[in-house]
Amino acid sequence: MDINSFLQLLPQQLVNGVTLGATYALIALGYTMVYGIIQLINFAHGEVYMIGAFTGLYMVTVYRVNFFLAMFAAILMCVPLAVVIERVAYRPLRNSTRLAPLISALGVSLFLQTLVTLIKGPNPQGFPQIIKDSVYVLGPIKFSLVQMIILIVASLLMVLLHLTVKYTKVGKAMRATSENYETAYLMGINVNRIISFTFALGAALAAAGGVLVGMYFNSVHPFMGVTVGLKSFCAAVLGGIGSIPGAMLGGMFLGVAEVMGVAAGFGTYRDAIAFALLILVLLVKPTGLLGRPIQRKV
Amino acid sequence: MLDLITNPYYTQVLTVMGIYLVAALGLHLITGITGQFSFGHAAFMSVGAYSSALLTLHLHTPLVLNLLLGGTAAALIGILLGFPSLRLTGDYLGITTLGFAEIVRVLFINMGITGGASGLAGIPRETNFALVYVVVILGIWAMYRIHDSRFGRALAAIREDEIAAESMGINTLLYKVTSFAIGSFYAGVSGALFAHLMQYLNPNDFGIARSFDVLNFVVLGGLGSIPGAVLGTGVLTLAPEFLRFIREYRMLIYSLLMVLMMIFRPNGLLGGVDLKGIFKNLFRRKFSKAVSG
Repeated sequence: MDINSFLQLLPQQLVNGVTLGATYALIALGYTMVYGIIQLINFAHGEVYMIGAFTGLYMVTVYRVNFFLAMFAAILMCVPLAVVIERVAYRPLRNSTRLAPLISALGVSLFLQTLVTLIKGPNPQGFPQIIKDSVYVLGPIKFSLVQMIILIVASLLMVLLHLTVKYTKVGKAMRATSENYETAYLMGINVNRIISFTFALGAALAAAGGVLVGMYFNSVHPFMGVTVGLKSFCAAVLGGIGSIPGAMLGGMFLGVAEVMGVAAGFGTYRDAIAFALLILVLLVKPTGLLGRPIQRKV
Repeated sequence: MLDLITNPYYTQVLTVMGIYLVAALGLHLITGITGQFSFGHAAFMSVGAYSSALLTLHLHTPLVLNLLLGGTAAALIGILLGFPSLRLTGDYLGITTLGFAEIVRVLFINMGITGGASGLAGIPRETNFALVYVVVILGIWAMYRIHDSRFGRALAAIREDEIAAESMGINTLLYKVTSFAIGSFYAGVSGALFAHLMQYLNPNDFGIARSFDVLNFVVLGGLGSIPGAVLGTGVLTLAPEFLRFIREYRMLIYSLLMVLMMIFRPNGLLGGVDLKGIFKNLFRRKFSKAVSG
């Protein structure tokens, strides 16, 4: 593609990139919040997102509900799932070595993938077109209705999350726990409940993300959480893990970079773009774009 | 017992186990001894596998040379990745190595000489049971030598406390990169053996799942212990074979085992078990009995 037509398509690619980035950001938030509180890479988070997508698909095909109800059902399914995962697989390992909960998380992730494969089969399933395929034109940019919904729902959820973390009592407790687990405990915060709440919030966002992505790409399968999960985790690390605005920024950044990379002719390298960017950023800024520097204590 | 040697199915399973064990020994040095996270070990296996397979196919070099060159290629890539990324610590290093492994996989898919996504076929079958176990024994012997050397103690010091190690005059970056290179060498040799056993290579054989498999071997066996790495690799490569009779529920049970083993033995099967001490005690008890009796 020559440079002129690339520039001509630039605004359109930006819109596509931001849409993709918004879904990455929704999932990245779950990784970053959990990491911020218990320093665990929650590898099962991608599978929570996958189960959210399947729940949405099930509601839409079997009960023929509208999109918002399907998303609500997905959230209702995933929140208890994530809380149970934390209770069963991570909490007993909270005081052990760093690698033990990580392996446990990998085990849970593999378990959920196998379980869904057994129930639903390994093949991708199409998502029915529940939203009209209408397109809005704004100058050189075309918006599909699905893209609009993704952008609006994702922004709404992120604003809601921001308000919760910033202005509610439980949000304050979350921030205190991620600042210092033990001090928060001594101050009378029920840290176990806060950790469960964090998992629940992350799962709700991932479930919504799952339904949105299923609708956008019109495909749902048991292994969809692996690549998207890893890329979203990259987004979280890129933005500075533990930082909520960082996850949003990182997600948008990765989404735009990926779409631009594909437009520039690196389509076959699509899945490597996120990782290459991540490595470049980490080499320059070892804790990500908005991350706090690590203190080396003796 | 004779069946174990004559039955080709058992021989194949045990040969594959030996190959994974070589890779696990490499990760044992990086993660178990030096304490550095590496979530991309399969990438080094793939570098070794592809370079040795291509050498055989195009230059018809002998297998032993291929093993060494495959290992060296992996070690060079390890150094290339290690110098910039080993400045990072903990999970950041882990995620960088994971990302690197994905990049290597995508590169192999896009390269012409590697056969791309359809894979590389027609590699002669030169690996056998005896060769693999000669390599395993050499690898274990070398690993014990590393443990007991000044170099090995420096690595253990880095694992225990990097700042303290640095203030004792250890050039931590250099030591970490060297450890990474040796660990990658093991992975490269393992990949080369794999290539000449399977006769076919596909970049997707060396994905994230494979990297985490090797990590599981090392962690579930007991991080930092060579018998642990052997036991972990043994249990986790044989378990899916024993579980074959439950068919599609196999991976379900396997993944549950991963979670349960971590919950009940967070330090791995042999973590915190002092094998040397146990043997010494056994010997001493017999000895003292003999003296008193």
